[in-house]
Amino acid sequence: MAKAQEFEKVLEQSDMSAASFESHIKSPLEKAQHFLHSSQAAVPLIVLILSIAVFGILVGGKFFNAFSLTLILQQVAIVGIVGAAQTLVILTAGIDLSVGAVMVLSSVVMGQFTFRYGIPVPISILCGLACGALCGFINGWLIAKMKLPPFIVTLGTWQVFNATKYLYSKNETIRGQDIEAQAPLLQLFGIQIKFGGAVITLGVIFMVLLVVFLWYILNYTAWGRRLYAVGDDPEAAQLTGIRVDRMLIAVYTLSGLICGFAGWVLIGRIGSVSPTSGEFSNIESITAVVIGGISLFGGRGSILGMIFGGLIVGVFSLGLRLLGTDPQWTYFLIGVLIIGAVAIDQWIRKVSG
Amino acid sequence: MKTILKSAAAAAVLLSFASVAPAQAAGIGACLITKTDTNPFFVKMKEGATAKAAELGVDLKAYAGKDDGDNEGQVAAVETCIADGAKGILITPSDTKAIVPTIQKARDAGILVIALDTPLDPIEAADQTMATDNFQAGFLIGAYAKAKLGDAAKDAKIGFLDINSKQVTVDVLRDQGFMKGFGIDVKDPNVIGDEDDPRIVGHDYTDGNPAGGRKAMENLLQINPDINVIHTINEPAAAGAYEALKAVGKEGQVLIMSVDGGCPGVKDVAAGIIGGTSQQYPLLMASMGVEAIKKFADTGEKPGVTEGKNFFDTGVALITDAPVEGVPSIDTKEGLAKCWG
Repeated sequence: MAKAQEFEKVLEQSDMSAASFESHIKSPLEKAQHFLHSSQAAVPLIVLILSIAVFGILVGGKFFNAFSLTLILQQVAIVGIVGAAQTLVILTAGIDLSVGAVMVLSSVVMGQFTFRYGIPVPISILCGLACGALCGFINGWLIAKMKLPPFIVTLGTWQVFNATKYLYSKNETIRGQDIEAQAPLLQLFGIQIKFGGAVITLGVIFMVLLVVFLWYILNYTAWGRRLYAVGDDPEAAQLTGIRVDRMLIAVYTLSGLICGFAGWVLIGRIGSVSPTSGEFSNIESITAVVIGGISLFGGRGSILGMIFGGLIVGVFSLGLRLLGTDPQWTYFLIGVLIIGAVAIDQWIRKVSG
Repeated sequence: MKTILKSAAAAAVLLSFASVAPAQAAGIGACLITKTDTNPFFVKMKEGATAKAAELGVDLKAYAGKDDGDNEGQVAAVETCIADGAKGILITPSDTKAIVPTIQKARDAGILVIALDTPLDPIEAADQTMATDNFQAGFLIGAYAKAKLGDAAKDAKIGFLDINSKQVTVDVLRDQGFMKGFGIDVKDPNVIGDEDDPRIVGHDYTDGNPAGGRKAMENLLQINPDINVIHTINEPAAAGAYEALKAVGKEGQVLIMSVDGGCPGVKDVAAGIIGGTSQQYPLLMASMGVEAIKKFADTGEKPGVTEGKNFFDTGVALITDAPVEGVPSIDTKEGLAKCWG
């Protein structure tokens, strides 16, 4: 190369280091804030481990044994599955109040199709799952195409699906014994697997597999990353070429389908098809999601956190019952946990530097 | 678009005015207000009332709260009935105390008010109460369980699966009735949980449905796995409890007692899942209620009470296929003929 030109000579005296962010030494608190910001399921996991330890010490052997701990898994399975559906929706900055109604409506369809019309069980189950997906599609279409707020849409469809469930089933329960005799496939997810004192149902295994599967999809596939992008900033997502409408409809439909599966698992859990079940599933699933550290503003949080959140509620419920406290204390403490979780979420969001 | 919305709103307002304007039809108007219109118990009640009303030429309108405990919905329904010029109101109160002032307004307007299934608090707040004797319903299954266990009753481990922790009247009556029947000192019969009999393992809550029943049973088994008798608030809760027992291989080792007499429940008794259940008769309550309103409208005569009680007892019967001496019962065949839901 030729000799440097006159004006280039001054370069030698200038700062040659590459552009970089200013860094300063972080205090332990800031380090913690960073850690929590990067590993979003850590807070609920820590709380879960602590609560198991505390109840283990307070209650002793009755709580801290394989049977009790796996019992919590069984009691949380339904909330966990519905919570997975809720997580997908909340990650898009939406909310789904109709999840419980969709779940029970799907289970009613599975039961009534089998027993009222004599349709073969596998087809009835497919119809039930399709019913769940359809309900979800209706939610998604109203939100994405009609541009209605998710809260309003699902507040409405919650009532509609609930009423449909009662009108269609006449609130008649299908007895567990009839199902066992004529359509045992409906109770599939109630099948138990025992090793030692631990008891796991297929429903629990389904919940775990579902969450791991969704965790992979959300973190390691383009579709999953787009979902986060839509939740974080829909306009920016649109500008990068993501079809936000389609994304939202797909998410709500998938959420409905998962609720359909939850309906199937519910039959396994309670043995019968009962239209009065699951009335508080929407609140319970939102509670699990929030305690799990998933932001209600969308785009942030891990589905693993939701499972830990659900388990925390399960640990508190059983632990406090075994301690013999008034059940109102369970609700009291869960309320405190919800507020605590959101406060921590706000603090973590302020992470800087 | 805006004008369309406005005119639609105006039309809606007009319509709602039209519907509250007193409809002074020639016939006798009556109202049936249930806690919900989803529970088969109330569905059957409505069926009985509608059939009897059609037979007697009474114009019956049915209302319901949104869920158990929805007082506002029932207040609105009573007000609508007053505006509608009804002659009588049949109501299953959700909140037995809170509804009383509104009921008084209806009575002041000359309407006959009959409480069905659940008494008001105080019971005199209604002209008449037609109900199941829920204490007796609990007593029957308690006495049956005691007789069935025989000598083992003194070492029984009893779990109570109630509705919720709110000490709802029906819940308290059935729970305490069971204890009385079983020979447990109930202390204050208006309170669940003040007893100190060592045979009581605990009380847990079911919300009266299978999912709640299963969870409550699981919880009680964790407290004491040797439970051998359970009292359940209703048959759906009992069905859930049975699932929990089956899951730990204890089905058949625990005597499950229940109350209601719904058709699925009676079938569960026939199948040996539930040891026995106290059946109540919602259809009868409702049809007798309509008859009383008709009579009141025609003659001004108010209905009387069952002797020795401050309400009209519509009856309760223990259903079991394994009768014991000293506790009257009917078999499941007869129970199925009279069941509801």
